[in-house]
Amino acid sequence: MTSMSTTSSAPRAAGPNARIVVDDVRMQFVLRHNRSLKELAMAMVRGKDLGNTFMALDGVSLQVDSGETVALLGHNGSGKSTLLKLISGVMHPTSGSVRLRGRIAGLIEVGAGFHPDLTGRENVYLNGAILGMDEPSIRARFDEIVAFSEIERFIDTEVKHYSSGMFLRLAFSVAVHTDPEIFLIDEILSVGDEPFQRKCLDRIRELKDEGRTLVVVSHDLNMVSELCSRGIVLQRGNQVFDGTAADAVAHLRSL
Amino acid sequence: MSAPAPLVDQPWTEPGKGAGLLDVVRRRYLLKLLVRKELRVRYRGSVLGLAWSYVKPGVQYVVYFLALGIFLNLRGSIEDYPVYLFSGLVVVNFFTEAFGNATRAVVWNAPLVKKIFLPRELFPVASVWVAGVHFVPQVVVLLIGAVISGWRPQVLPLVGAVLATLIIAALATGLGLLFGSLNVVFRDMENFVDLANMVVVWLSPVLYRWDQVASAVPAWVATVYQLNPITVAVELYHYAFWWPGTVNTPATALPPDLLVNSLVAVVVAAVVLVAGQLVFRRVEGRFAIDL
Repeated sequence: MTSMSTTSSAPRAAGPNARIVVDDVRMQFVLRHNRSLKELAMAMVRGKDLGNTFMALDGVSLQVDSGETVALLGHNGSGKSTLLKLISGVMHPTSGSVRLRGRIAGLIEVGAGFHPDLTGRENVYLNGAILGMDEPSIRARFDEIVAFSEIERFIDTEVKHYSSGMFLRLAFSVAVHTDPEIFLIDEILSVGDEPFQRKCLDRIRELKDEGRTLVVVSHDLNMVSELCSRGIVLQRGNQVFDGTAADAVAHLRSL
Repeated sequence: MSAPAPLVDQPWTEPGKGAGLLDVVRRRYLLKLLVRKELRVRYRGSVLGLAWSYVKPGVQYVVYFLALGIFLNLRGSIEDYPVYLFSGLVVVNFFTEAFGNATRAVVWNAPLVKKIFLPRELFPVASVWVAGVHFVPQVVVLLIGAVISGWRPQVLPLVGAVLATLIIAALATGLGLLFGSLNVVFRDMENFVDLANMVVVWLSPVLYRWDQVASAVPAWVATVYQLNPITVAVELYHYAFWWPGTVNTPATALPPDLLVNSLVAVVVAAVVLVAGQLVFRRVEGRFAIDL
């Protein structure tokens, strides 16, 4: 497998089993209204400021050990998804640092790498490669991926003709058959019908039993407290609770 | 599925900080799939498909040939004008397509860029590669035309052609990285690049001879004109595919400092590539936010 990033220094105060170390991370968004050069020039001439800022994460530190299953909980706008994006590397923090050990697969959004004009088969290869697999491992796992998605008949049909359920099944199937040590899962367990959802959950439990590290963002609190061992509650960019998943759910409900 | 690798074997990494263009080389399988996807998507539902990459330069060629070759009678003063014109035109077409598409590549792939981390340099590089796929059949047509007008392959000119192709690829990649990353923040860039691409064909001796410029402008302008890497690539293509086939054309039909200019062009293209990569990496942190 190809590595996604270049090696960097070990984070300070990393435990021996740590997989993810988030150290005093702040993420500030600039809410800009000016996009074109003309508007920028006008803003400069008039001395108008270029939009106010918004702190999505305000000094969050946490460590996730190998094999842990952690739920990130919080109401809308609490910074869960931003934190997940920082861990996946899609965004870089304004200050602070994020360090990882091991290969990571971000299921930030299922099917992000799918293209409607390609067939199911082509999309499996493309998405597998996007998620960091090489050609032999995709080929080796191809039948397994298709079998899991249960759409064998349509695998050579263009994805644009798929129903939304079929699309999500295939995308999810590719994602859980990549072979990373760390899984980031954002709201994807609302995939498909109930039998398929159950299948997905079983698959995620399998990944957990294999000792993989899971970070899950979901609003389905019952599912989360059942699936995860640890829960972290965020509120307006701050970490307000860290404990067992059940206690974290209780804490969130009391907010 | 295999069990996860033990922790001790694994180095600490910083997510989202890759090795830039080196990662593109490392993940060439993904690059290959992205190129294939872009070609498939570009010609979806089209009957002619990849043949469009012949039709468009073909029409453009006929227009230039009629207007300049016949109406302005440049074919009277340039021997084998059809080959002269086409050998320059393929170079410029490769550059403008690669540069234009590379500039838009990151924005086009916004859904991916926002959701999954992968070396973002892949997108502009894939665009340049796609332009290369379109470029190859044009070179084949050029070769056929050249052979018909009496051209025979020679080693040194062909080395020059390979060098010219590499110069254009590096230049387009570098500029594509530079303008493609800035285009995420300022969408004006793609319009600016379209404008630049419109002018490119006139800023190099594609339709006319280099000495027609040299005799009309001050010496320093002529020097700058000659140092334009695209001009160098065009002249290298003339040297490779046009000049060997001519009979009555003296060597002065090619600019005198072509060798030196070629070395300068290599340096310029390399500098542009490095600069494009550096700017791309600085701006990259804002991609997921600004898209």
